[in-house]
Amino acid sequence: MKKLIFIFIVIIALASCSEEVIVNSETKIIETGINPNEWVKIPAGTFYYNMHSHEENIENDFEIMITDVTNKQYAKFMNEAVKKGTIKIDADSIIGYHPGDEFNGYLHEWEIQAGEYLLMPFGEAGSHIKLTNGAFKVDKGYDMHPVVMVTWFGAKAYADFYGYRIPTEKEWAKAARGTDKRAYPWGDFINENITNYGSSTNALQRLFGGNIARTTPVGYFNGKKYDNFQTEDNKSPYGLYDMGGNVWQWVGDDYPDVHYRYMRGGSFTNYEYNIVVWARNSAGPDFYNINIGFRCARDIKDTVNTVNVVTDSVAVNTIVTNLKE
Amino acid sequence: MNRFNYLFSSTKGLILTAISLVAIVTGIFNTLSGPMVEWGIRDITVKLLGMDLNPTERAGRIIMLYHTIAMAVVAIEVYMMTSIIPMRKHEQRNINMLITIGYITAMIFGLGFAYWGHNFTFHGLFLVGQSLVFFSGIMLAVAVNPWKKEYYVTDKEFAHFKSGMDMERMAFFIMIVAMLISAGFGAVTGSFWANGHETFLAEDLIRDPHKTHLQKSIIGHLHIMLTLIAVAITLVIGRWLKFKGIFHKIAMPLMIIGTIVIAGGVWSVVWTHMAHTFIYIGSVGVMLSALMLVVFSWKKLIHDNSIELGYEKANIFQKFKALIHDPIKFGPTWQMVFMNFTVSGIGIFMAIKLEQIFRVWPAREERITLTGHWHILAALIATIIIMYYVDIVGLKGKLRKWFGWILIIGSDLAFASMTIYSMKRLFIPQEVAQQKLMNTTMLLADFGLGALLVTLAIFLAWKLFDLFKGDGLWKKEAENSELEVERTSNPVLNIRKENEFNTEGGEK
Repeated sequence: MKKLIFIFIVIIALASCSEEVIVNSETKIIETGINPNEWVKIPAGTFYYNMHSHEENIENDFEIMITDVTNKQYAKFMNEAVKKGTIKIDADSIIGYHPGDEFNGYLHEWEIQAGEYLLMPFGEAGSHIKLTNGAFKVDKGYDMHPVVMVTWFGAKAYADFYGYRIPTEKEWAKAARGTDKRAYPWGDFINENITNYGSSTNALQRLFGGNIARTTPVGYFNGKKYDNFQTEDNKSPYGLYDMGGNVWQWVGDDYPDVHYRYMRGGSFTNYEYNIVVWARNSAGPDFYNINIGFRCARDIKDTVNTVNVVTDSVAVNTIVTNLKE
Repeated sequence: MNRFNYLFSSTKGLILTAISLVAIVTGIFNTLSGPMVEWGIRDITVKLLGMDLNPTERAGRIIMLYHTIAMAVVAIEVYMMTSIIPMRKHEQRNINMLITIGYITAMIFGLGFAYWGHNFTFHGLFLVGQSLVFFSGIMLAVAVNPWKKEYYVTDKEFAHFKSGMDMERMAFFIMIVAMLISAGFGAVTGSFWANGHETFLAEDLIRDPHKTHLQKSIIGHLHIMLTLIAVAITLVIGRWLKFKGIFHKIAMPLMIIGTIVIAGGVWSVVWTHMAHTFIYIGSVGVMLSALMLVVFSWKKLIHDNSIELGYEKANIFQKFKALIHDPIKFGPTWQMVFMNFTVSGIGIFMAIKLEQIFRVWPAREERITLTGHWHILAALIATIIIMYYVDIVGLKGKLRKWFGWILIIGSDLAFASMTIYSMKRLFIPQEVAQQKLMNTTMLLADFGLGALLVTLAIFLAWKLFDLFKGDGLWKKEAENSELEVERTSNPVLNIRKENEFNTEGGEK
């Protein structure tokens, strides 16, 4: 019996020595060849929504970013918006105004009143955007990683600043799934070579070393080979990257009787059942985390240039706009 | 008696069959998720067995998987009940036969439907199997009817009404009836959804502000079924541990009232938010009743083992040594105490701090805590069943101690680690700093569960090996099949008709 107790003590001791992961270290710069400034058109029309594939309709064409908003894009926004006075620095946070939500006093519903709310903390571990000499800068190597530690208010502030919006859940779902009943944006299978999720941790640790970067650069899984790691293309039918895995993405809906905001797409911390196109997460609009980001949508009238893009499964006449930075 | 009859008609053999089938199912399907995926083991299982794992059907698969396991666990409890509760032999035989055919049919065809393509004949047979289990429950309720005078207590040390009606039998009866009604909540709702093939996992609805009556029925169903399985095992364990006297007399009324209130509370979830208040009140009754069993059994263990260890006037350390002298008998009640830290306590804490803590976290984390605490409850019940079974087959000496302690320490280490893991944001709010805690708790959980499962596998391999012997232990078990307990009543004494009841085994 003493031996048994000794074995348990040894195991506990070994377990408490496990290596701590540091996420704020520099990471290597990776060129994916994917341009995060590109947008793609999602045509109006019916599609299969959620797990039970009920037919739903999107009434108008809209555009959506082909990748999540990156750290570089968000840092640029904060620098511009602070200068213009639409958002402001408050101690070690960025805050902005929100006009408040409709409140019905429903069970478990919290009142979100008009006021200034947290958009992003910039001093916290996990954030890759730092305030240095009055300007927001991104940790080395993280420019093209999706922005994280951003609240729903922070996502909305970004979208509002540029005249965009956060996609609704239905818009997001159609952009991710297209018009068939696939489970993942790229098809009906998943493996460590096609997206950054709970089961690709080992593969990415081998690639990035012991200090895993956690997020991968936007559009990283595009069929390109990095060192000895061959990725598969995880484009959705309309050509969007990272619609399953990497980071959860805030969606725009403010539903009645709840204060929560919702997220789609799953993240690097989640196993495959959270990566499917119908997986849903939620939190208060002021919540932020190392695995939550967003991308933007906009109405079609705002487009400037159009090109034709052929995706892996459907040929879509797609409008792509190059934003001037 | 041959091996087939031993495995499919004797109480001890039936329990072994059900435990083995659950172990096989758990062993195979355990390879389909978690770290098994990244280690490539899931792919091997899927390829080897030709499984079809369509992601859109995952919720349905999981529902069918845990129903098949639950049916087998319910069958084990029924085998125990039909042996320890006095009833007529033909009632015992018929109930056992029906539930055995039922759970095995449900298991084979349910898993066949869920994991090997959708043959709807299989789905029909899955429902047939579950229906047979349900009908055996009705037969059990009839057999356990506490109003029959031949089953009035023969020893006044057992809790009883003024008329002599056996309170423990009443507690069993109430639990069985509550379980049948609760099964109906699931069956009606399940059949409604099955007609439209729209399955869902209850944990995915936690933050939906507007739930339909049918959705609430399912949520109530899963909670109460697990609770009643826990009530059943508490009553069974009480009989094994010779529960009687003043603590029994306090415990049984509490258990009866607690079961009624908690079941009524859970059913009322469908139409009132007040349901939780009823559930809390009912839980207090059931938990206090379990506490009485714990106090009684610990006192008895200290007393009995002190004599065995030769302590004339045991001091506090000797008393403690006497308490933990036999881990197989100490284990079940210890697991009930431990349950408060990892299940009941967590559930109550979540309910009290829902707004301030858990609803601030992302839904997926609240979901992990929720699913974690009822998985732990199910697993703790499984360890209690295994400990009783180990005692039934007469494991003795050092093997008994090693088995018992590995089961207790391994499971508690795993479940404590899982509880901490599921609530990690409570201790370390910043997810970025949680990695060390996650690694540690996962490693400890894997180690604890691994130790437990390997030990169980060795035990079952031994039982399998024994079956190949012509005069193995199985033969003795087959000849003396009834569980050796002190029964609360003796119908032979009451109505003086022998050979009709399941009680001739008696306490050894």
